[in-house]
Amino acid sequence: MKNLAVNNWSLLLAFALVLVSLVISWKEKLGLTKDTLYSVARAIIQLVIVGYLLKAIFKVDNLFLTIAMTLVIIFNAAWNAYQRDPNPHRKFWQAFVAQFIGTYLTLSTLLVTGAIKMVPSQVITITGMIAGNEMVAIGLAFKAMHDAFHDQRQQVLEKLALGASPKLASMEIIRRSLKTAMQPTIDSAKTVGMVSLPGMMSGLIFAGVDPVYAIKYQIMVTFMLLAATGIGSVIMVHLAYLNYYNDQMQLILE
Amino acid sequence: MLFELHHVAYRTHDTKVLQDISFNIEAGSTLTLTGPSGSGKSTILRLLANLISPSEGEILYQGQKTTSYQPDQYRQRVSYCFQQPTLFGETVKDNLAFPFAIRKQAFDEAKCLARLKEVDLSSNFLGKKITQLSGGEKQRVALIRNVLFEPEVLLLDEVTTGLDDFSKQQVHQLIKNEQERGVTIVQITHDQSELAEAKLQLHVENGRISQ
Ligand SMILES: Nc1ncnc2c1ncn2[C@@H]1O[C@H](COP(=O)(O)OP(=O)(O)OP(=O)(O)O)[C@@H](O)[C@H]1O
Ligand SMILES: [Mg+2]
Repeated sequence: MKNLAVNNWSLLLAFALVLVSLVISWKEKLGLTKDTLYSVARAIIQLVIVGYLLKAIFKVDNLFLTIAMTLVIIFNAAWNAYQRDPNPHRKFWQAFVAQFIGTYLTLSTLLVTGAIKMVPSQVITITGMIAGNEMVAIGLAFKAMHDAFHDQRQQVLEKLALGASPKLASMEIIRRSLKTAMQPTIDSAKTVGMVSLPGMMSGLIFAGVDPVYAIKYQIMVTFMLLAATGIGSVIMVHLAYLNYYNDQMQLILE
Repeated sequence: MLFELHHVAYRTHDTKVLQDISFNIEAGSTLTLTGPSGSGKSTILRLLANLISPSEGEILYQGQKTTSYQPDQYRQRVSYCFQQPTLFGETVKDNLAFPFAIRKQAFDEAKCLARLKEVDLSSNFLGKKITQLSGGEKQRVALIRNVLFEPEVLLLDEVTTGLDDFSKQQVHQLIKNEQERGVTIVQITHDQSELAEAKLQLHVENGRISQ
């Protein structure tokens, strides 16, 4: 770890980089100055808290505390995903169920196969990666579904009028939303290592780990994200379409 | 009575679309709704199809509230045809296969061809792209989609409006065939010749029945 040299002083100097973005915003009249400062401040505060929190949790190394922490991560991810649903009839429990099952199923596979160990430093970081990626995928699914129910409203009505169940009437929309949700993960799997060195791998290499060893973790991460975003969004779309119907199987007017 | 409407009202957030609608429809009869644009005719048909629910009052079908039926099965029996039909998928076959998919049945080509023939569409129409159909052909395909599994009621929302004479004639023939099968029909039309033949008429104006 001798190469890891970042200290408070160097961070302070690196703040100059933020100033660049502020100057651009000010010069180009983007009106982003306040937003930039707010988000930087927020990032710093959140990360400081997380840093100390993780340090404490790793030190205690208690199974229940670790599980509790993963639940907190899942809850937060579900809440953020839920907030991204443009449907006013969205339901939080659905996002939670999708995140919960997607995350734990993937996580337990990694644990059972021995890809990661049941230690807080691995379980918690991996949970964060899984839940975060699921959150993005689910958010995309929500948006795609909402758009599709608008664009294809007439078609859905027509199918309902012919006597289709909401599920059958929404099948095309469900598929389209799922595809939208999974596409970025699939795309990034294609370019991984070619364009960007992903965070996990960069981190390991940064810390002085042999790149050949680091890529093994990255391969694992690629598999895991494909599975997790797949499971999470499959569950999500199969629940979320129901929010567009009432108990008489009618398309809800907005 | 097949349908009984008791003081039905329909409102959206700010507009009263229908008010105090009460009438009955006898099984096997044909009822024609008339009235100016925006008077609420389509809304009445949508209520009958349980695609929307009344804000007030109730609608009975065969003596029971429409809401007491399983909605998807109810709509297979009470089939609504849209003013401007939307065909989906790519081909005519995709559209005619849908009613089979709804009932989890295998596609029956012979059955489809027989019905297509009824509206003078030849067997090579099955593979035709929906983008290549004329308006009249689209409407005929849409109607076949509705009648493939012999619904008890057909709700026809201006299905002949804007059609060429030939298509109109074919649609009239199809409707006549359905009537002879004993299907109850509730239709909306502005067409003078159709109005001249309509024995039972209800006039809708400003969201009310006006006679
Ligand atoms: N979901 C809705 N939200 C807002 N307004 C609606 C809704 N449904 C119907 N309306 C209004 O109710 C009125 C009646 O509509 P409807 O489609 O039943 O008329 P119509 O008699 O079929 O007219 P047309 O002959 O032009 O088809 C219209 O003014 C329409 O704008
Ligand atoms: Mg109308």
